[in-house]
Amino acid sequence: MSLWLLLAVNSVTLGGLLFLLSAGFSLIFGLMRIPNLTHGSFFMLGAYLGTSFLALGLNLWLAALASAAAMAAIGGGIERLLLRRLGGQELAQVLVTLGLSFMIADFCLMQWGGDPIPIDTPAGLRGALPILIITFPTYRLVIVIIAVVVAAALWVMLERTRLGAMIRAGVDDAPMARVTGIRVSRLFTIVFCLGAALAGFAGVIGGPILSVYPGLDADMLPLALIVVILGGTGSLLGALLGSFIIGFLYNFGQALFPELAYIILFLPMLVILLIRPQGLFGRHAP
Amino acid sequence: MARTVDRRKFLWGTAMAAALPWAPAVAQSAPVRIGLLTVKTGPLAQGGIQMEQGITVFLKQKNNTLAGRKVELISADTGGNPAGAKTKAQELIERDHVDFVVGPLAAFELLAITDYIQQAKVPMMSLAAADDMTQRKPNPYFARASATSSQCNQPLGDYAAKEMKLKRMATISEDFAYGYEQCGGFQKVFEDNGGRIVKKLWTPIATPDYTPYLAQISDVDGVWNGFAGSNPIKFNQQYAELGLKPKYPVMGGWTAYDDALLKSFGDEAIGAISAAWYSSDLDTPSNKRFVEDMVRDYGNIPGGYAAGCYINGMCIEAALEKTGGKTEDKQKLIEALRAVSLTDSPRGAFRFDHLGNVVGNIFIRRIERKNGKLVNTILKTYPEVGQFFTYDEKQFLAQPVYSREFPPLKS
Repeated sequence: MSLWLLLAVNSVTLGGLLFLLSAGFSLIFGLMRIPNLTHGSFFMLGAYLGTSFLALGLNLWLAALASAAAMAAIGGGIERLLLRRLGGQELAQVLVTLGLSFMIADFCLMQWGGDPIPIDTPAGLRGALPILIITFPTYRLVIVIIAVVVAAALWVMLERTRLGAMIRAGVDDAPMARVTGIRVSRLFTIVFCLGAALAGFAGVIGGPILSVYPGLDADMLPLALIVVILGGTGSLLGALLGSFIIGFLYNFGQALFPELAYIILFLPMLVILLIRPQGLFGRHAP
Repeated sequence: MARTVDRRKFLWGTAMAAALPWAPAVAQSAPVRIGLLTVKTGPLAQGGIQMEQGITVFLKQKNNTLAGRKVELISADTGGNPAGAKTKAQELIERDHVDFVVGPLAAFELLAITDYIQQAKVPMMSLAAADDMTQRKPNPYFARASATSSQCNQPLGDYAAKEMKLKRMATISEDFAYGYEQCGGFQKVFEDNGGRIVKKLWTPIATPDYTPYLAQISDVDGVWNGFAGSNPIKFNQQYAELGLKPKYPVMGGWTAYDDALLKSFGDEAIGAISAAWYSSDLDTPSNKRFVEDMVRDYGNIPGGYAAGCYINGMCIEAALEKTGGKTEDKQKLIEALRAVSLTDSPRGAFRFDHLGNVVGNIFIRRIERKNGKLVNTILKTYPEVGQFFTYDEKQFLAQPVYSREFPPLKS
């Protein structure tokens, strides 16, 4: 009994972390129609930058925000200087993001070395909280709260602001949005900055659980991909539900059928692609 | 167009032809070439970079001269994959004509090039631990001065059963050959000495969150793990976070608690027991020199990867001394390499068995905090441990190689 409860609570916390990772990925995918293969690298680079900010004496939250700001600048630069020039050529853009991911990985190795770098849990959140019959690490619950706050903020931004309306219009039909006078190319930059910032933020926040190491990018990118394909591109609700579904599949799959861990993760993605290619909540097929 | 050969060209050509028989004599004064197959990019780079540091420190101490001959180190980055290892091994052997190959790092890289090395007849010393390389499928041109996957874990099983008096244990390790072989060695000896493995957990190599596995551990006296690379950091953080550490003491193989990882660990690793073939606080003259130079040149306390390559360098020196610096006869060279027996090395005294695998110390250590720093303190030394531990070689080789299914979990 306590095993199942522990797994259930942990599914929610993993879902929270996955949402922070994949919300930006989903928006970029929905608006620009490309899977941004540097997204895992944004997560890793953000986490590494976070370790440097922590070394300067910032606390975890400030380091995460500083890292998010730095990643927004880097993401914006990549969109403006590289992807912009390849506008309309989706394959070329995907290849550029793939190439960049290798370059970022080598840059991190050069800059921070190959040794894994742990990120300490903030002092006040180190213990465990009793939940019914189990005790659960406090910090992981904090991640859920952060994810919920970020989700709410993103929802308000997308549904209640002018910018959000423009992004939604761009996701639905970019050429039509252009005709009505929306500067879609500027939206691309904004969304790319936002996505990179969220990924970097998630990298630092996830640090106390995952630590930071070469290869973290490749570990996280497939998870973002499944979440978004499952939930549907360009949909916040899709990313949120996709994250929690994957969180549950990951936890219960690995505990119940450890031999089939990957099959359980990827099978739903295949099924969704076959019967509902736009994803559970997506507006159009990827 | 007719090609004419004038007198000068003829004389020059003749002179060159006459010089040919002497070419080996010229080559003799050329440097001995050591090809290092390492990994400097990607997730395995951490160990790969340390490998290069270890052998570089050794050659620097020797002023790049071994047994009276100049030595040249040629370093190649395999990228940590089998295809890269194959390409780089061919480059080193066919283009650079290396006399020794040191490396590669990972077992799957080693398995990709073992046949080729055997054909090319170039002595190779790798840190990769695949048991069968020196057991059921030996390569006559291979020597291993580090350990097989199971070599450290067999004495650890003995220690857990006899000294720690543990009865029931769970194991958790990565879901690939290195994990199986380590776990098998531990389980075999632990169970032969009265212990019992009640749960075996296998995790994919890329596992962001170990909680689903750790949640299944209950009702045991201790937990053994076989993690490698950067996974030990994650594993120990999450193990402590879930409150398992005070309940079930944790132990592991050398890659799980390597000295080079100590700077990345925090308090969560204190108390962890490990078995290793190298320990940086071992008090031998050559280890002191090695550690001092590693700290001076790279600011790092060395772990097994650096020590392994340093020791490989010592073996190459000893082999060259035996052959009088000659490297032409590869058969003699590998024989000399396998006959190496050192009394003072960073791991203490060691020699090779007839299959080319090392026989030497295995240290049981515990992580403690001393003067603010984490250190691995040696609790017990098992001397002269070979790959078959206390078992008879014939009987050992008659059983299958340690795997996911062997030894089986007794229900």
